[in-house]
Amino acid sequence: MKIGELTKGFFRENPLFVIVLGVCPSLATSGSLQTALAMGAAVIFVCVGSNVGVSLLRKVIPGGVRIACFIVVISTFVTITDLFLKAYFPDISRTIGIFIPLIVVNCIMLGRAEAFASKNTVMDSLLDGIGMGCGYTLALLLMGTIRELSGNGSLFGVKVLPGYNPMTVMISPPGAFLLLGLLLGFFKWMQLRKAAAR
Amino acid sequence: MSLERIFLIVIGNLFVTNFVLARFLGLCPFVGVSKRTSDALGMGLAVTFVMAMASVLTHTIDSYVLRPQAPLLVALAGAESQIAREGLQAVLRTLVYILTIAAFVQLVEMFLKKNIPALYRALGIYLPLITTNCAVLGVALLNTPEDPAEMLTLPEAVIQGTAAGLGFTLVMLLMAGIRERIEALDLPEPMRGMPIAFVCTGLMALAFLGFTGMV
Repeated sequence: MKIGELTKGFFRENPLFVIVLGVCPSLATSGSLQTALAMGAAVIFVCVGSNVGVSLLRKVIPGGVRIACFIVVISTFVTITDLFLKAYFPDISRTIGIFIPLIVVNCIMLGRAEAFASKNTVMDSLLDGIGMGCGYTLALLLMGTIRELSGNGSLFGVKVLPGYNPMTVMISPPGAFLLLGLLLGFFKWMQLRKAAAR
Repeated sequence: MSLERIFLIVIGNLFVTNFVLARFLGLCPFVGVSKRTSDALGMGLAVTFVMAMASVLTHTIDSYVLRPQAPLLVALAGAESQIAREGLQAVLRTLVYILTIAAFVQLVEMFLKKNIPALYRALGIYLPLITTNCAVLGVALLNTPEDPAEMLTLPEAVIQGTAAGLGFTLVMLLMAGIRERIEALDLPEPMRGMPIAFVCTGLMALAFLGFTGMV
């Protein structure tokens, strides 16, 4: 059990900004902090659940049909999340819409199952799942903060910038693409600077 | 189904609620395979075909097996049973759809490999990527919302699947054309590749916002 498995997802191997996985939901749900947080929580739950599930079953799953088995494990946890949100947070469930069931085809889950959980112990996979889920959530929250603040002048729906004339484009699709492009460039710049310093 | 309705679905999915630019679906292949126009066209056509066929399959499965009072459920469990009254949709929809799509893509791959090797060589490398393309599962889910009043009919679902796939192809081709030119530019090192691709997509999405209100 290594604590490095937990922290690598936050920055060094951040799933969204460094590995560029799970782009679709990150753009679709970062228009407000509320949906970004809900999506992040859903991803943490599914990522931890499927990582542990796949890791537990890794000796039983035959190699030839492993992807199909991973999908069954992942979709179990996605369905739990979907039903939970529908029952307790119907408004959020309606706003996020199909992006909750679409976690099934999110490359983060399948990628972690294939690259990590199917080869490592349950404890390491658990930490990896938490780390990757939290790293993704941090990325979502960063995008959500920038987009909601600049596009609506609010945080979690509360106006914090009185007299600010919001740039509505930031909460619409073009703003999402633009911001992600700039953030990816920023993270690449940080990496290049670090590599040059070494 | 009136001509007007067909027109609305086609124009809507091509331009107004374009899957890539307005709905954020299918972005992985969009940035991954849009470096050359020939690759973009191949991927786009393969996705269009799978989306149209997946629409047929998932719509049929949904209306005959998963929905409350679906004919097959009623036949197996009786109209009064709890399963027939509530349907299996809430619990099994995601799993059944993704497995259907995965099985279909696998079958197409095997069929092409054996019978049309030329086409397999052209499209084969894109097919495995399509299973995890969220545009395919996305269109299946959008075709069959839980509210029965919003459910599309089978022909409408097929038209929506095809139009959405063509919209995806259109945007892929535009993007590939832009990226072939970008390659020649002297960009700052950190912005090369993916970052500038997303910035360009943002500008394209801005242009496509002009279609809002057409439907």
